[in-house]
Amino acid sequence: MENQADRMLRANQKVTETAGISLKKRVRPGEFIIQGFLFFAGAFSILTTLGILYALGKEAMLFFSSPEVNLVEFFTGTRWQPQALQFGILPLAIATLITTLIAMLVAIPLGLFVAIYLSEFASPGLRNLLKPVLEVLAGIPTVVYGYFALTFMTPLLRSVFGRDVVDIYNTASAGLVMGILILPLITSMAEDALSAVPRSLREAAYSLGATRLETAIQVVMPAAISGLAAAFIIGISRAVGETMIVAIAAGAGPNLTLNPFKGAETMTGHIVRISGGDLSYDSIDYNSVFAIGLMLFFLTFTLNIISRAFVQRFREVYE
Amino acid sequence: MIRPQNTYDRESESRGLSPLFDENLPTRHKISTVWRFIFRLSTIIAVIFLALLLYNITNQAFGYVAIENRVDPASLAVNEIPIEEMEKDVLIALLRENISSGLMRQLEREKPLSEHTRDEVYALVIEKVVRPEAVRTWLLTESLFQRNEIRAQMAQEYPQAELTFKSWLSPQFLKVPQSSEALHAGIRTAILGSLWTVGITILVAFPLGVGAAIYLEEYAGNSWTNRVIQTNINNLAGVPSIIYGMLGLAIFVRSLETFTSGAALGFSDPTTANGRTILSAGLTLTLLVLPLIIINSQEAIRAVPGSLRQASYGVGATRWQTVWHHVLPSALPGILTGTILSISRAIGETAPLVVVGAATFIAFDPDSPFSKFTTLPIQIYQWTSRPQAEFRNLAAAAILALLVLLLSMNAIAILLRNRFHRQGGN
Repeated sequence: MENQADRMLRANQKVTETAGISLKKRVRPGEFIIQGFLFFAGAFSILTTLGILYALGKEAMLFFSSPEVNLVEFFTGTRWQPQALQFGILPLAIATLITTLIAMLVAIPLGLFVAIYLSEFASPGLRNLLKPVLEVLAGIPTVVYGYFALTFMTPLLRSVFGRDVVDIYNTASAGLVMGILILPLITSMAEDALSAVPRSLREAAYSLGATRLETAIQVVMPAAISGLAAAFIIGISRAVGETMIVAIAAGAGPNLTLNPFKGAETMTGHIVRISGGDLSYDSIDYNSVFAIGLMLFFLTFTLNIISRAFVQRFREVYE
Repeated sequence: MIRPQNTYDRESESRGLSPLFDENLPTRHKISTVWRFIFRLSTIIAVIFLALLLYNITNQAFGYVAIENRVDPASLAVNEIPIEEMEKDVLIALLRENISSGLMRQLEREKPLSEHTRDEVYALVIEKVVRPEAVRTWLLTESLFQRNEIRAQMAQEYPQAELTFKSWLSPQFLKVPQSSEALHAGIRTAILGSLWTVGITILVAFPLGVGAAIYLEEYAGNSWTNRVIQTNINNLAGVPSIIYGMLGLAIFVRSLETFTSGAALGFSDPTTANGRTILSAGLTLTLLVLPLIIINSQEAIRAVPGSLRQASYGVGATRWQTVWHHVLPSALPGILTGTILSISRAIGETAPLVVVGAATFIAFDPDSPFSKFTTLPIQIYQWTSRPQAEFRNLAAAAILALLVLLLSMNAIAILLRNRFHRQGGN
């Protein structure tokens, strides 16, 4: 082998010498610069993350270290009134919880059912027709959904449950519309998970005499469970971070209530309202917004990591 | 359900099945049918929501309006000449007589009145002197099916007002700037603001995003750093957009204020000196869409067959030559599709820009990256937040404009993707 390689090398050298070209590696400074830029572009995302942690962390530290703020009170206080120097995150957190819960009550069953229908029941023609419709639904900006919540869903709720029961701004309307917003996201992730289940599993079930539904529910769904879980968690994360719908339709002003027909401000809604106004830097209001932002970041970050872990597990099984 | 035992046994035995199987079969089929119906119903509900959303917006964007003039145009007639027939000079004089000197100076500063055409001055007179006002608006469905009730109501409640059918979305609406009078408000400033911001976003995000994708797919090995970068990008794609707004506020608006306000380059516009500029907004959106562009571009680059690279290396090309001459051209349609979809996400973003500090009211065109800004979604948000019904109509018209823009971008992306698929199949 070595002998042969040597011979080839020598032949090569002879050819290049006679042709007058060198096969030696040329120094290419241009490519070196390009490679440097590419690495910088790749590493830039790390800078973004560090920037987020630094920006949120710095202001949040200022907030937590100020004498008016007590860490225990922050997590357990039931009033958020920066003017009165009362910083208890519960009213905001509970409003976020309510809208997220309502959104998930709409989006998880509907999203899952649509995904099962598309992947297990619909004909390919129908699927090709419906998937773009869902993509359109997913591509509509959230401010449009906010408009829809305020001008359609709220009047609808008020005419069904009575004007004295449902406030003009309420978390139910925001939550329901948020569910519609998240539906296509859950559908497309869940459908990916379901269609990734190998055909052989389905065929085995059919050959044992299972109906289509039994195959879908008892064979395909359990096989895709980690992918489905990932879809649901991403949906929750999206609902927690969703801003415009709640900013428009859920109400302005922190309000500790469990009644979904009353107005209440979520964490994201509060951030938008406070920072949308004329805010003086270095005031405790300004810092408090960043503290909420930090909570939000960690919450969605954890949810995303869990979701990714589920997806990873799912990939390991079938790929 | 109870059948004679003997038929049962014979039938089942001949097919080799247990009697239970046949007994359960009708129930199982029934359950199957019911659930199938539920699944189909869910899908129909999802489609109905989309239809309702579009219906609701169209319903608000067109319809009857009752317009009342605050000043009767007939009372403005000079020497029995109604204002419709007046010369430009007379109109200017009329304008000067009827509005405050401060407003007059402001108008002159924007563009001297003598340079306006006669029709422009006439429009100004209507807007500033006659001051028509929408006292009541109706939905499209009401306007179509309850015309007589509306007329009766008009005669009773607004005898002075004039009833006209108005399309809130009109060429005029796209051309005129923001105004506090709903009848004269338009989205010109908002559209220009959106174009400026997204222009900056594309300029920065496209090279950075594609560069990162090339690095990760073609250069990076499976080292620890590169895995961290990849995980980090995936996580960034899931960070709520409002967090990017706060990042933009802290970094671009505050820390880098001298650059984003243009002070470092000698722009010393006092109105924009606080860093809440188009540049800050564009850079914030850049950070927001970068992970999406990277992930989409990576997929497109990954889809390029390895044989292409091998062939290029085989004839002695360097790694960059391979990427530039072979990988990129064949991945380009996919990269462009992903970029267009990411950019359309940037066009629709509202929350981060509110946090970065979009202006609540500007009526002049942005003319540099250091101008104050507003964008189409911000304008929609502000109009929606106002209590008056006519601003809801304006918001609906602006939403239609935004959706048309986004849908045409998506259509382009889908066309590109189809082309890509066809090439891939060959």
